[in-house]
Amino acid sequence: MKILIALLGGFIFGLGLLVSGMNDPAKVRGFLDVFGEWRPELIAVMGSAVTVFFIAYQLSRKWKAPLFSERFHLPNLKVVDKNLIVGAILFGVGWGLVGLCPGPALVNLLTFDSSILWFVGALLVGNRLAHVWSVQKKH
Amino acid sequence: MWDELVGGTFIGIAAAMVWLGLGRISGMTSVLSGLFTVLQPQKRWALWFFIGLLAAYPASLMMGLSRPIVITDNVMLLLSGGFLVGIGTYIGNGCTSGHGVCGMGRLSHRSILATVVFMSAGIATVAVMNAVGVTL
Repeated sequence: MKILIALLGGFIFGLGLLVSGMNDPAKVRGFLDVFGEWRPELIAVMGSAVTVFFIAYQLSRKWKAPLFSERFHLPNLKVVDKNLIVGAILFGVGWGLVGLCPGPALVNLLTFDSSILWFVGALLVGNRLAHVWSVQKKH
Repeated sequence: MWDELVGGTFIGIAAAMVWLGLGRISGMTSVLSGLFTVLQPQKRWALWFFIGLLAAYPASLMMGLSRPIVITDNVMLLLSGGFLVGIGTYIGNGCTSGHGVCGMGRLSHRSILATVVFMSAGIATVAVMNAVGVTL
């Protein structure tokens, strides 16, 4: 059951990205082009997704545990720190340069478009480099 | 506008299923990092989520839902963009899904701030690129 939920979750999430056009870098860059030819439609994607998740989260507050797992795994970081801000800035710059964030980049993988493959390759390198840095910092 | 509302609702339903069923935040950054740690049983959901995500594109082709995308073919731009997104989402602990959808939906202060910051950085980047005339 756990596997089925994870599979279906990924599948429906991916369909949502494809149907909404979040997977199209040109559309995303149009959304970010607030001072130029702004295409605000993608606000509706975030608005509806956040609303549905908000309702689910409120519902879960009355539950002791999720349906098929022993506990809810909330992120354990609670305070605003430098990493959060620096990370968000670097991410935002990269997002603006190409118009892809991680979900849409992954959902586009099986298009085998060479641009997508370059981007995902660099994404994985960045992720692992940051991982190595953070592990070293802790020691 | 309907495509965006329907697509966003799908994303919200998927995140709700994973939260209510497995107690996990559907963050693509966690999924991506989780792919490197699938040997730990508690991270294995990320692999299945990833496989489901990959299946969405071929399925959308069969259902006639897929539309062509427009992306730059400038390799330098793609590599620097991908690299920055990879590093930034790792050290900032999330991206558009984890912070933008799930974190905002939980009204997490960290996630709301992160979302405002990465959106602003993205808007500024596109504005600067347009100003200096970088064409894709």
